[in-house]
Amino acid sequence: MFLRIWILLFLVFLSYTIYLYINCDTGRQIPVERAVVAGRDLWQKKNCQACHQLYGLGGYMGPDLTNITRTKGENSTAIFIKYGTGKMPNLQLSDAEVQNLVAYLSWVDKSGTSKVPENKVHWSGTYLIDTKQ
Amino acid sequence: MKGIFKGYILFALLMLAATLLFGLLASWVFLYPQSFNNSFPFQQLRPMHVSAALFWIISGATCCTIFFSNEAFSVYNKSKKGIHAFIGLWIVTIITVFIYYFRKEYGGREYWEFPSWLSIPLLVSWILFMVSYYKPWLAIANKKPMYLIMWATGILFFFLTFLEQNLWHIDWFRQSYLRELTVQWKANGSMVGAWNQMIYGSSLYLMVKISGDKSIAETKQVQFFYFLSLTNLMFNWGHHIYNVPTANWVRHVSYFISMTEWLFFISMIRSFRSKLDEYKIHNHLIPYKFLSISELWLFLNLTLALMMSIPAINRYTHGTHITVAHAMGTTIGINSMILLGAIGYILRIEEINKREKKLIQYAFTVTQISFFIFWISLIAAGILKGYRSVELNMSNFQEMMYPVLRVLTVFSIAGIFVVLGLLLIIIIYLKRLWMIRTEAFGSK
Ligand code: HEC
Ligand code: HEM
Repeated sequence: MFLRIWILLFLVFLSYTIYLYINCDTGRQIPVERAVVAGRDLWQKKNCQACHQLYGLGGYMGPDLTNITRTKGENSTAIFIKYGTGKMPNLQLSDAEVQNLVAYLSWVDKSGTSKVPENKVHWSGTYLIDTKQ
Repeated sequence: MKGIFKGYILFALLMLAATLLFGLLASWVFLYPQSFNNSFPFQQLRPMHVSAALFWIISGATCCTIFFSNEAFSVYNKSKKGIHAFIGLWIVTIITVFIYYFRKEYGGREYWEFPSWLSIPLLVSWILFMVSYYKPWLAIANKKPMYLIMWATGILFFFLTFLEQNLWHIDWFRQSYLRELTVQWKANGSMVGAWNQMIYGSSLYLMVKISGDKSIAETKQVQFFYFLSLTNLMFNWGHHIYNVPTANWVRHVSYFISMTEWLFFISMIRSFRSKLDEYKIHNHLIPYKFLSISELWLFLNLTLALMMSIPAINRYTHGTHITVAHAMGTTIGINSMILLGAIGYILRIEEINKREKKLIQYAFTVTQISFFIFWISLIAAGILKGYRSVELNMSNFQEMMYPVLRVLTVFSIAGIFVVLGLLLIIIIYLKRLWMIRTEAFGSK
């Protein structure tokens, strides 16, 4: 009995996992250009994630950057990354590297919005986010 | 047991000490980054702290699993070579991870911030451990005691989630940012459930040992809660990514599953008193103290976690220090307390002299009180940030964070005392580890 419940649960888990991998995103294709890939690699190599969040996930020293290119614009984002501030370190990046990072952040921005607006909260406490837009 | 196993306990305790020192440094660098950006910046200290914490917990959990499983079914005596190979490769790889961190070379994945090729030796060593463990495990005739199942479950799911955590190397997973993020947090979230299986298994085993009552580990209730926590391990991770615009059903499933944790909550309240009577403390006062305080922390953190798992509340808490309160509240308050209790039991810590016992007592009190302040100030900082960013909709980061940093100063000061208290306990443990005779160790 115990074993049967276990195996059943495990099979549900496996099917859910596979279904999830295929269907979790919105199905909207956002092309991954070369600059995006380069920016993504740099994001990991410089460990921006240790101080910043994307969709609220990461370290908390700096602000969430999910939609930074939308709210601040690509130019001002580039300036921040290039020179840093007192608190944000100047990471000595070349202009090309900065542009790649901006391309990556714009790509992330297109995937959605980090803050959930109030009108998306359902009475049961969950969110209903319209993923088609 | 062999000196190698003693070495492994030493390694785990040193990882805990490293966690504390890097964490303490990180907390001050967080407040005054300008002074450290050119020497020991936050992007270096945070991974050092978080990786040390994960490795302390996983190493500590495997230490306990190996030792107690050896008492239960001689796993160590039967698979000595394999387990030694695991320990050796595991330790060497982790030391390499820290060499990379010191050289400021990162792989930049959340919680696993080292260059990603190092995942290969970690995975190989885990496979060595799995093979060494399952061979004798499969041969056990009576698997009634649930701790046997819990240990084996933890080992299996650590393997699965570790693999999943590395799926991003396959390009298809990275074609969509939403998919990449979902898979990463699925893996990270479930991995916590995996090590909890090993740790709660060890704590159940200890309860049996301390109370002398074998039946505790074989009740229908324990079985039920095993399945409930396994279900949560498999499906509740979605609360990490409620705000990510994945398909809506991803949210609904994890919201629903997360809410089943209320059952743990209710059962804890109901059994709180009877649990205390269940223990017969006799000769295990120190391990007992650690185990019972972990129950209090479990209760407090479960309350917080249940709140955060309601999306409407998560909207305020996500991306704030409340997440950090949850992460450290559980890893220090629950995991580290159980592990310190279990390692104390392994070291027969009751045999230390009176003066040292008093010192542990003292350090224990300092740790708990300062840790409570530490935890509360993280929550306060989180509430403040949530309120200012969501309710007041502040967009200037500096302005939003100004009062939050004030609160975090309290956190950093409390952190000093958490570190002092825990370090004192570690030092006494290390001294005991040094004194204890190798062969007398877990002799059975
Ligand atoms: C040591 C921690 C740290 C690291 C590492 C770091 N940042 Fe920052 N960053 C900050 C802080 C703190 C701020 C806010 C600074 C301020 O307001 O003065 C910031 C601000 C920013 C901003 C401006 C945000 C805004 O709201 O105006 C951008 C863009 C940014 N960082 C990008 C990056 C990128 C890209 C990387 C990696 C290459 C990176 N940061 C690495 C700490 C860090
Ligand atoms: C046993 C001891 C400890 C363990 C297991 C532990 C564990 C962790 C974990 C898992 C995180 C990641 C949190 C997240 O991403 O949400 C973290 C972050 C952190 N911890 Fe600890 N911790 C310990 C002790 C300490 C102490 C004593 C201090 C400070 C005095 C400290 C300071 C920090 C800081 C500053 C962060 C980063 C938070 C951020 O991203 O802004 N930790 N810790």
